[in-house]
Amino acid sequence: MASTTASPPATRRSAMTQLTITEFKLFTRGRAGVGLGLSAGIPLLLVIIFGSIHSFRTPVKTFGGLTTLDVYIPVLLVFAIALLSLVAMPAALASYRELGYLRRLKTTPAGPIRLLVAELVIKLAVAVVTVVVIVAVARIGYGVAAPRQIGGFVVAGLFAAAGLMATGLFVAAMAPNAGAARGIGAILFYLMMFFAGLWLPIPDMPRVLQHISHATPLGAAVPALQNAAAGQWPTWLQLLTMAAYAAAFGLAAARFFRWE
Amino acid sequence: MPAVIDVQQLHKEYGDTVAVADVSFTVHEGEIFGILGPNGAGKTTTVECVEGLRVPDQGTISVLGLDPQRDRAQLTQQLGAQLQESRLPDHLQVAEALQLYSSFYPAPADWRQLMDMLGIAAKARTPFRKLSGGQQQRLSIALALVGNPRVAVLDELTTGLDPQARRDTWELIERVRDRGVTIVIVTHFMEEAERLCDRVALIDAGRVVALDTPATLAERVEAEQRIQFRPSIPLDHGLLESLPEVTSVIRRGDVVAVTGNSNALNAVTTVLARRGIIARQLRVDQPNLEDAFLALTGRHPEIRENQEV
Repeated sequence: MASTTASPPATRRSAMTQLTITEFKLFTRGRAGVGLGLSAGIPLLLVIIFGSIHSFRTPVKTFGGLTTLDVYIPVLLVFAIALLSLVAMPAALASYRELGYLRRLKTTPAGPIRLLVAELVIKLAVAVVTVVVIVAVARIGYGVAAPRQIGGFVVAGLFAAAGLMATGLFVAAMAPNAGAARGIGAILFYLMMFFAGLWLPIPDMPRVLQHISHATPLGAAVPALQNAAAGQWPTWLQLLTMAAYAAAFGLAAARFFRWE
Repeated sequence: MPAVIDVQQLHKEYGDTVAVADVSFTVHEGEIFGILGPNGAGKTTTVECVEGLRVPDQGTISVLGLDPQRDRAQLTQQLGAQLQESRLPDHLQVAEALQLYSSFYPAPADWRQLMDMLGIAAKARTPFRKLSGGQQQRLSIALALVGNPRVAVLDELTTGLDPQARRDTWELIERVRDRGVTIVIVTHFMEEAERLCDRVALIDAGRVVALDTPATLAERVEAEQRIQFRPSIPLDHGLLESLPEVTSVIRRGDVVAVTGNSNALNAVTTVLARRGIIARQLRVDQPNLEDAFLALTGRHPEIRENQEV
């Protein structure tokens, strides 16, 4: 249709940019449970609820003088990252495959890999913003000290995100449809949040559960973030644990991901 | 005329099932080429190999001189595809989808103009899931054309459309062709192929059983001619039955129905004219593409739309 070729408008964006913008719009309109509002809103709401409980703001001896809120902030941070990576992202990707949207993209010069990248970029960006907002709200609203080892805090957060997103991609790769992806993602989310100490702080767990916890991505991430908040670098073992999950599930996802 | 698509001895299996046994055809520049056949004949597999979505087990395919597997990147810029079962995300709006897809191509068409042409401009801000089946189909055609392709491959073009929308779509496809786009349509809808296609390949059980213009295919069928008319004065049957071209004469009320070979009409009208009888409401059923299809494959081509969904 050469004759209809219009001179490209001045605002013409690249495929990657346009895909990312579109993905973000779709995320804001997403269904209950995996949309932007809930993925970022629930952890923030929990910070506000926990912060409003008076006893959560008084130092506890078994936490080495930290308040319950101090201990919980890293848990809520990984909560936000995990919700985005394990539930929202796999559900979106599996539904795109189910619709035949990824297959349709294969017939265009853009290809489905760009959509996958856009999806990762959006979820990572929302995770970063949510983490920053949670830390700021906790600092300003409820007097939680800002992380003392900021570099270590950022590194621990990024490693946690890498491990969770790789796991989420693996779920998207293996799930036969969007419903299954949402279900598997939710189970993994609750399991990982248990070992992150959402219901029972890791130090209060029986010894066996503590060992298991440290071998899970979030059981490594939470103490790493707590270390950094207190001024120390995460340990090599913590970073290595998260990196191992990122590498193993990332490779498995790359190996098994189907576009149709 | 240069060949835009050249498929030679294509063969494709899924496990133990042979989807395409041996398919060869050539599509010329600027034509509307139809791929016709019953369900499961291998039509979709064939065009998906042309689009580069599937890897043939055997045979060669060339599209605009490109290999759909090796030259994927170049091919996707020049070939627009409408896939049989492909939906968009529920919440993606019409204009957003078109804007998105136009960003994929180096020299896209004006997507707003395309939206007007397909009659979905009023739905620009409607999310995909709230569109009717026909609107979704038209959006899908628009997305196949937004990259200004030289070749458009449209699978089940008008499935799910009402008769008016179907005719509108045919007109649209002709307008697109008039701009020099080569078009391949996959269909099991005979009227569509007869109306739209310059040539059709009839595929059955993974093989091309016929390849020609729709009219030539219909002529090749040695089908009976069926003639109906209301004679102006009562007519003696024997008069027509004695004609060698006529095989049977039946009277239904005051309507006479005659069947015979391809020269029957000529013979019958000659006799009537000689007797001064006027044939009122004369109707002749010529063999059409559907008869050709039936004769060549032994099956009815058309599955009722509502059974298929």
